Amino acid sequence: MYSLRPRALLLPAAALAAAVLVSGCGGQDATSSTTSASPSRPAAAAPTSTPSPALTITDPWVKTSEKGMTAAFGTLVNNTDTELTVVSGASPLSPKIELHEVVDSGGKMVMRPKKGGFVVPAHGSHQLAPGGDHIMLIGITGKVEPGAEVPFTLTLANGATVPFTAIGKEFAGGKEDYQPGKGGMDMGGEDKS
Amino acid sequence: MDAHTGSRPRLTRRGLLASSAAAAAGILATPPSAHSAQVQVDGSAVEPFHGPHQAGIATTPQAHAVFVGLDLRSGVGREAVARMMRLLSDDARRLSQGNAALADTEPELAVLPARLTVTFGFGPGLFAATGLADSRPASVKALPRFAIDKLQPRWNGGDVLVQICADDPLTVAHALRMIIKDARAFTRVRWIQRGFRRAAGVQAPETTQRNIMGQLDGTANPVPGTPTFDRAVWAGNDAPAWLHGGTTLVLRRIQAELETWDAADRVAKEFTIGRRLDTGAPLTGTAEHDSPDFAKLTEVGFPVISEYAHIRRAHSTDPGKGIFRRVYNYDEGLTAAGHADSGLLFASYQADITAQFLPIQQRLAEADLLNEWTTPIGSAVFAIPPGCPPGGWIGQSLLT
Repeated sequence: MYSLRPRALLLPAAALAAAVLVSGCGGQDATSSTTSASPSRPAAAAPTSTPSPALTITDPWVKTSEKGMTAAFGTLVNNTDTELTVVSGASPLSPKIELHEVVDSGGKMVMRPKKGGFVVPAHGSHQLAPGGDHIMLIGITGKVEPGAEVPFTLTLANGATVPFTAIGKEFAGGKEDYQPGKGGMDMGGEDKS
Repeated sequence: MDAHTGSRPRLTRRGLLASSAAAAAGILATPPSAHSAQVQVDGSAVEPFHGPHQAGIATTPQAHAVFVGLDLRSGVGREAVARMMRLLSDDARRLSQGNAALADTEPELAVLPARLTVTFGFGPGLFAATGLADSRPASVKALPRFAIDKLQPRWNGGDVLVQICADDPLTVAHALRMIIKDARAFTRVRWIQRGFRRAAGVQAPETTQRNIMGQLDGTANPVPGTPTFDRAVWAGNDAPAWLHGGTTLVLRRIQAELETWDAADRVAKEFTIGRRLDTGAPLTGTAEHDSPDFAKLTEVGFPVISEYAHIRRAHSTDPGKGIFRRVYNYDEGLTAAGHADSGLLFASYQADITAQFLPIQQRLAEADLLNEWTTPIGSAVFAIPPGCPPGGWIGQSLLT
């Protein structure tokens, strides 16, 4: 079972900003103001000794859950001149991870795998949020506790990878029905009372 | 005025005397004065979050405050408290700078911080629950019982304090909601106490506020930014190392007995306090900040400021042994019989409770004329950790 003990030495601002270098994606000389980071965010959160990352994820978080399914969110930011496509995600927390969208199906909002993945326009961003596109953890092997730091890796169509750490956060929403083709599963874990 | 001079106002002696409108129009008749309360209220005003001290203590008091006492759920230990404090610190950091919290469901409510500060404290129970009893500052423990106390359990104690202050009540409400959502997995709400001061902008910020009994409240306070304040408030070498730059908070809920206070005449009220109600001047002086002359006698040989007057009993001869009070009024409305449920959230900050707060409280409890009209009904004590640098979180020096 994967252990979700937070690493005390990993400072939260760094983890929350989680601007991480994408390997093998042609280092762009984009400025450091590549994310929607707030003015208060410390500049130290972004790596300074490495080239500007091609794709970053701002404010990544994952909905807490005891077991079963849950989802991760954040804002994907493309710092390059070309469109980037996220085609898959992985985490030691869940053997199976899908990239999902939420769509209207006969008057009911349902989620399903997004064909073609998440497309992030050049110098643009793509939001992953409850009720919209998200990274779906199909079967978690341990609890996601509030404040936990959960590692993820996204893979782009060009083969580059984007590691990041999401923060466990209690959240009441994001309960769209899951319709992988057979349907009828709740996306989030049961809320703790 | 128009009746005298036609359509265009003109400043004549007769016009000024005749016209209340002109009297109100200080901008025309008199140069701007320090008393003109021309204070800009700026909803986007931001108080810094990071620094050696937590915000919300030396910060010029905001108009609205909510104090929340939380109890740790059973089984919540050091690792979980650290996780909680990282979450709550991140919420406070973002919201205080006018940014939405992580996963904020109402991000639009975060855009006007109105000088929002969120201050965290640790009660005695937290040190036990986290296995850090040895790190508890010796003076952070339940206060001894005082004869004047009529404490109600619903206002006492707490493992974690969250103090949220802002110049806008909706900002306070949103911050409270986000903080409590993130604290819920770890804690239960023990009590919540809401307070208010004068609304932002209605008087100059450095003005001593009046409490709900009509008294100027806090005249003798040390002034933030002065060595006296620093010595009285911030924990230093006498405190555990993790607390350096922090302080302690005693929060007392003090009910004002307004019905009987109504029955006291003005002379009795001023005799009780030792100050004039209008100016706040000590009975031996003429201006609010005149030093009280405790030795001065009346013609018949009695002290002008009574032996039992509030300001004499509360007076500390060593300013470094004083306290810093950052008080809020409360007013929970009226009983069915029309009686007031009002008083003071007496928030007292000091480097050491035993050395500073307790001697004052002891003198007041023994003999303070004001005790006739004030009743402590709640009491809680907290260690207030130091502030944190960018990338850090509140409580880090204790919990890691």
